[in-house]
Amino acid sequence: MALAVVIFLLVIGSVVFHFASPWWFTNIAADWGTIDLTIYITFWVTGAVFVLVNLFMAYCVWKFRQKEGHKAVYEPENVKLEMGLSIFTTIGVIAMLAPGLFVWAQFVNVPEGAAEYEVLAQQWQWQFRYPGADGLLGAADTGFVSESNPFGINPADPDGQDDVVVNDPEMHLPLNQPVKALLRSNDVLHNYTVAQFRVKMDLVPGLTSYIWFDPTEAGTYDILCEELCGIGHFVMRGSVVVEPLAEFDAWLAAQPTFAETQSMAAPNVAAGQAQYALCATCHGTQGEGIQTMNGPKLAGQAAWYTERQLKYFKEGVRGGDGDTNGQAMAPMAQVLADDAAIRNMAAYIATLPDTPAQTTVSGDVDNGQHIYDRNCAACHLDNGDGTWYTDAPRLAGMSDWYFVTQISNFRAGIRGLHRSDDYGEQMVQMATAMADLEEIEDVAAYINTLR
Amino acid sequence: MAYVPLADRDSEMEMHHPHTWVGKYVWCQDHKVIAIQYGSVAIFTGIVGLVLSLLFRLQLGFPESVSFVDPSFYYQAVTMHGMIMVVYLLTALFLGGFGNYLIPLMCGARDMVFPFMNMLSVWVFLLSVIILMASFFVGGGPTGAGWTLYPPQTSMAGTPGHDMGLVLMLVSLAVFIVAFTMGGLNYVVTVLQYRCRGMTMMRLPLSVWGIFVATILGLFAFPALLVAAVMMLFDTLLGTSFFMPAIIESGQAMDYDGGSPILFQHLFWFFGHPEVYIVALPAFGLVSDVLSCHARKNIFGYRMMVWAIIAIGGLSFIVWAHHMYVSGMNPYFGFFFATTTLIIAVPTALKVYNWVLTLWEGDIRMNVPMYFAIGFIFTFIHGGLTGLFLGNVVIDLPLSDTYFVVAHFHMVMGVSPVLVVFAAIYHWYPKMSGRMYHEGIAKLHFWLTFLGTYAIYLPMHYLGFLGVPRRYYALGTTDFIPQSAQDLNAAITVAALIVGVSQLLFFFNIIWSLRFGEKAGPNPWGAASLEWQTPETPPVHGNWGDSLPTVYRWAYDYSVPGAHEDFIPQNTPESEEPTVQEEHFNPDQDDSLANV
Repeated sequence: MALAVVIFLLVIGSVVFHFASPWWFTNIAADWGTIDLTIYITFWVTGAVFVLVNLFMAYCVWKFRQKEGHKAVYEPENVKLEMGLSIFTTIGVIAMLAPGLFVWAQFVNVPEGAAEYEVLAQQWQWQFRYPGADGLLGAADTGFVSESNPFGINPADPDGQDDVVVNDPEMHLPLNQPVKALLRSNDVLHNYTVAQFRVKMDLVPGLTSYIWFDPTEAGTYDILCEELCGIGHFVMRGSVVVEPLAEFDAWLAAQPTFAETQSMAAPNVAAGQAQYALCATCHGTQGEGIQTMNGPKLAGQAAWYTERQLKYFKEGVRGGDGDTNGQAMAPMAQVLADDAAIRNMAAYIATLPDTPAQTTVSGDVDNGQHIYDRNCAACHLDNGDGTWYTDAPRLAGMSDWYFVTQISNFRAGIRGLHRSDDYGEQMVQMATAMADLEEIEDVAAYINTLR
Repeated sequence: MAYVPLADRDSEMEMHHPHTWVGKYVWCQDHKVIAIQYGSVAIFTGIVGLVLSLLFRLQLGFPESVSFVDPSFYYQAVTMHGMIMVVYLLTALFLGGFGNYLIPLMCGARDMVFPFMNMLSVWVFLLSVIILMASFFVGGGPTGAGWTLYPPQTSMAGTPGHDMGLVLMLVSLAVFIVAFTMGGLNYVVTVLQYRCRGMTMMRLPLSVWGIFVATILGLFAFPALLVAAVMMLFDTLLGTSFFMPAIIESGQAMDYDGGSPILFQHLFWFFGHPEVYIVALPAFGLVSDVLSCHARKNIFGYRMMVWAIIAIGGLSFIVWAHHMYVSGMNPYFGFFFATTTLIIAVPTALKVYNWVLTLWEGDIRMNVPMYFAIGFIFTFIHGGLTGLFLGNVVIDLPLSDTYFVVAHFHMVMGVSPVLVVFAAIYHWYPKMSGRMYHEGIAKLHFWLTFLGTYAIYLPMHYLGFLGVPRRYYALGTTDFIPQSAQDLNAAITVAALIVGVSQLLFFFNIIWSLRFGEKAGPNPWGAASLEWQTPETPPVHGNWGDSLPTVYRWAYDYSVPGAHEDFIPQNTPESEEPTVQEEHFNPDQDDSLANV
């Protein structure tokens, strides 16, 4: 009896929840209204079955509850009724499946004239490539992948020379232009998902998969990885900007081609050295770091990382509210006039003699190792050297007190949450592996043993 | 070989009655003791899986204040939870537990056909569990690759437990499959060859049918998992490239080339989809018997129910790639697999209709097993219908890899089978122990479990509609995910904690009642099927005393017009009670399976 009432209430409650729920599909931003329509058809068919069958069951439980003198009716089967119900169900299934297959046929067949672009995933970043004037993407292979050629484009393929490479997790697309995304992975399975576009597909190493869609709403949308790809899966984010064609073309023109990235002049170390004098005040003449001046050790850090941080300081991405030392650094970075000057500086710093920084932090090394091996080593490597591949800077032999302040800043949201800090939020999230200051120091103490 | 009733053969089964404690309870060949050993190990493993789920739910609900779950442990807990629940709890419990206990009793046999192999099966199963649990204690911990173990990431540095943890998982699965095969062959042969006189296939209770067909599925499906596990072991330990293409690990090219990650997915889901029905079919069977008995009415449409079980079992082998619509396989496969998948809805829906129609014009006794059985129908309808979303290939595009998938499969193969497990344990507990459980505690357990799980999973579907991805340690800042989604996550976690803790009621009840429960008598529910007609309760080794029973009717003679009581046991001769009337279906006239 109680159960009949509860099932009745659950049915009503489910329907009410459905209509009251603030959690529903995002506003669609691509021309896949047909997918939404198929969902609505399925919703109405299955919703009706859910309500009817459960209400009927609740009715039976109430009506045929045990009563004095009452006896069940003996009726082993009713073939007519069962056949009727089967036919009824079959019709419902066809009503859902037919539109589904019809829309799937549209999804499988890419329209003529869809513009191609490539999405390349690796642990745990997105990169993008657009064909140049020839309209063709050059051949690529993991065998060619290196720091200077992260896409693995075959240098001998003429089609690849004018490819526009976006080594950064933000991509753009022109509005109202059907596009076909070619999906590749350098390492494990990933999944290219933009909720507002409705379609998604895995990126599989060793082959190229695809999806197509026609963006119909301008805006900026999150790209999420939706295939478990290792410990950094949940922080693998990117964004896609849908904008009118003219704006898209302007953006695309500002991106380097593959040939340009390969023929870039070597940085001028001497020019970097000339400007280093200012830095030496806080970071030491050999880049060894001066803790009393809050200047961390620079020598031994990879040039790509130093370069990126200098840009962040210059653009105000780092050194925001709460980051006192970063605020001191920001005006210093302004001294470097342009990207070339920043490159020169980073290149000079990379030439400085690397001797391990003095240890100033102590903690529980075993606990530090436990945390580090489980959560940090995937990007910063077992030996703390870091690698360009995962955008992870070197930690071993660097200033331990600086590590502690930076992790604390990540934990506090002082660093890493700026919208233009494409890599910082990963650390904001991963830093939660260290519960408090004590654990941060434990990890610092362990990193001190890696030298 | 055509079937010959056991009692008509030259020599009946030889029983070796052990006399020592060790012989009776450890190296025991009695199917009932083995069933309880199987069930206990499975439930113990399931408790580990449950605790893991509560830990990662805490992280998901309260990411700011839960510090003991780091990203690494989160993925390990999610992975182990999934594998434990699907394989080591549900598969082992339904087949090794209920299969062992019920098949010989329901068929009227003294034991399984191969009792020694049956005993080996349970001990090898225990070995597989020990290997699995060992992975919590090795360097790097258990694998965190997700229970689907998709390569290449399973064995790469970015995945927790990618070395020893993974190896132990694969070895444990291989050992489990050995154990399952020994048990499974037994269940199939016993059903085919050890039925008592008069027990035709079309007189078997649906419990036996469900377990029987599920076991056949397992015998065909598990080998695919076995070869996948062995091939992955070769890739990991010997450097072969079955599943590994040329890839990069931490910036360095790995020494692999030419393998296919999608091949693994095909092998995995060729096992994985039938696995859903390996769990579901026994649940279908058990719940049919519980519903029929407590409604005092025959199961409605028995023949259709049998053929639906067989049809679902057969179809389950040609739908596997619906797990792979967005895997990067040739998208044209989608047409085929969406069609086969939605066809399964027809026999499945028919089963649901027949369960509900069994209640129609019944005389429903609201005993505790009935609460769980009706709760199952509700959750199974819900989970089955959401399957139509995911199976319909184009709807899978937005919903795949979101919480909708998690909510769907937990409704359909988590909550629903577990409600049947409870229904079945409460239903057969009096036979297994000779005593009744405490009814009040059992009802409280039902309400907390049923309402609690619905509070967990109904809202979870809506996170999926929104597009919240599964397998995320934390949601981070994502523009389309509002704070309210995080609040909902916290509410779900609270519900999960309540459900988790309320299971203590069940364990307390089961253990307390062993000693303090009321004496139940041989047949407290007035059930017609054979296992309730044993000379002793609980049944002793050999089950049937001096002579095997003879069966004269099907297992569902409830409320037969003209009978003395509202049930007629299967072994009651025609001379004492009326048989099925002519205008009704007579199972003996269905000779479609007469020669099996």
